[in-house]
Amino acid sequence: MIRVEGVTKRYGPTTAVDNISFEVERGEIVGFLGPNGAGKTTTMRILTGFLPPTRGAASVAGFDVATQPIEAKSRIGYLPESPPLYPEMSVIDYLRFVASIKHIPRKEIPKRIDAVLERTSTTDVRDKLLGKLSKGYRQRIGLAQALIHAPEVLIFDEPTSGLDPKQIIEVRELIRSLAGEHTILLSTHILPEVASTCGRVIIINEGRIEASDSLDNLTARLEGATALLLDVEGPPDEVRRALELDLAVRSVAEESRLGDRTALRVEVDKDDRVARRLAAVVVNSGWGLYGMRSLGMSLEDIFLQLTSQEEQANGGEGPAAGQGSDGGAPAADTAEGQEGDDR
Amino acid sequence: MRDTLTIAMREFSVYFTSPIAYIVLAIFALIFGYFFTAGLAFFMDYSMQAQGSPGAPPMNVNQFVIEPSLGNMSIVLLFLVPMITMRLFAEENRSGTIELLLTSPLHDYQIILGKWLGALMLYGCMLLVAVVNLSVLFLYTTPEWKPLLVALLGLALMGATMIALGTFLSTLTRNQIVAGALTFGVLLLLWVLNWVSSFETSTIGRLCEYLAISPHFEQFSRGVIELKDLVYYLSGTALGLFLSKRSLESLRWKA
Ligand SMILES: Nc1ncnc2c1ncn2[C@@H]1O[C@H](COP(=O)(O)OP(=O)(O)OP(=O)(O)O)[C@@H](O)[C@H]1O
Ligand SMILES: [Mg+2]
Repeated sequence: MIRVEGVTKRYGPTTAVDNISFEVERGEIVGFLGPNGAGKTTTMRILTGFLPPTRGAASVAGFDVATQPIEAKSRIGYLPESPPLYPEMSVIDYLRFVASIKHIPRKEIPKRIDAVLERTSTTDVRDKLLGKLSKGYRQRIGLAQALIHAPEVLIFDEPTSGLDPKQIIEVRELIRSLAGEHTILLSTHILPEVASTCGRVIIINEGRIEASDSLDNLTARLEGATALLLDVEGPPDEVRRALELDLAVRSVAEESRLGDRTALRVEVDKDDRVARRLAAVVVNSGWGLYGMRSLGMSLEDIFLQLTSQEEQANGGEGPAAGQGSDGGAPAADTAEGQEGDDR
Repeated sequence: MRDTLTIAMREFSVYFTSPIAYIVLAIFALIFGYFFTAGLAFFMDYSMQAQGSPGAPPMNVNQFVIEPSLGNMSIVLLFLVPMITMRLFAEENRSGTIELLLTSPLHDYQIILGKWLGALMLYGCMLLVAVVNLSVLFLYTTPEWKPLLVALLGLALMGATMIALGTFLSTLTRNQIVAGALTFGVLLLLWVLNWVSSFETSTIGRLCEYLAISPHFEQFSRGVIELKDLVYYLSGTALGLFLSKRSLESLRWKA
């Protein structure tokens, strides 16, 4: 339904989107997740034909956005980052106008307007001026506008931004209720939003796609990684280097330092023996191990991990096989772990 | 066609939900009404005197009332057209509603023609005010109506050209005031070219005269349609609309 192939977008010297490709199948709800400035809006503007890409091609419902814009656009319902409302028009006049430029036959317009007003629970403001609506209602009329021609593909740019918690829940419910009839791509920088509405997630950062997977797989992947907090007495740099040698270790970051003791956050692949091995490394090197604690990896952690750069560089894959020091580890673990090891 | 009209009707009705339409119409009615009644009073005086002295040539309403009152309107348009056109695209650029138009299944030319037509419809209302004034003449005198129609046609064409230029200049910015100032500046420049031509007799002078907006209206106001004037206004309008289209395309590249 949606296909993006090798799309790059440059604004002068800045590259907003860098050679991204992805597809969305019919009936899917895909969350487009990324921090501010990641390139979500830019990608959506390219998909909807508002911006031409610098390189690459996008197509919607089988129509190339650049070469068959009218066909593609008539199959898209688009809610831009800020709802495109004319403040001096009434809700009903506005929807009539949108229905007309989306080529709905004149006779069907009243019916379609009633349908979308009901769907977005906005029937009670139909005669109000758009400029006088509250933010929540503006957002809903923005959604109504996108739905009016019953398009196959819906593209929503941050549909819940600026809403209160109750409205957020209502809008998410609305989006879920659209599943099945429509193919939906929505952007957000809030993780729970993806968890509650989307079947698949595309994580984008600095114009590049960092991950694209079903929510279940991604969650499994989150669970596949975990973090340990080590409290070590010893020269910090040497300790770090020694720990990083283990193949299951993805990254080591210093959390805090107190005298000779350093708290280190170590992100590791899930592997039941890694904690023993790390303890052994510390102890065998003659340093003191004052504590070791397992830190669960939250959804936020994974998001941050995927979207922060340095950590990408040394991501070790798979559990380490055949570590030399494995044999003596269990003993050392219990011997030096004086402050308790609660994993 | 339906899309173009939909956009035009929206533009037209927006003028009346804001004070702009009323301000523009009131200013026009006031100024036109003044020139018209002044011309009429002068005409009455003069024809009264002429009746007393049998040797004098008969007076012509067209020449003494219609021509000057319509002829003065080119200056008035200089001020009113920017007020009409400044918001056309600038406001859409500012509020982001341009994103709705450009992601709807519309061709760029439909959007531009629609906006231009919407502005032209308000301009048509202004001309209607003039027509209502002028029709009073038919109650008491017998003006020739053919030259009157030609003069109105000329005024319509001149307005269409100015509005097309204003539409283009409105695409360049997201600030209505800037769009209005730009339009006023450009129209003023085109108007001033007429003075330059009176100092310069060389080809430059003739070129300036050809480029200036108002001289092309002179023949129209006398009831004469000249091909060069017709070509000037039609190509000026086409140029304005064409530049708008190019600007809308490049807006997408920049936006
Ligand atoms: N019109 C523009 N001109 C120049 N640079 C731009 C323009 N629009 C966006 N950018 C840049 O492109 C990058 C991506 O912006 P984009 O708006 O796509 O991000 P986003 O993921 O939508 O962010 P947010 O979550 O804040 O909405 C940013 O670095 C931004 O500064
Ligand atoms: Mg954005």
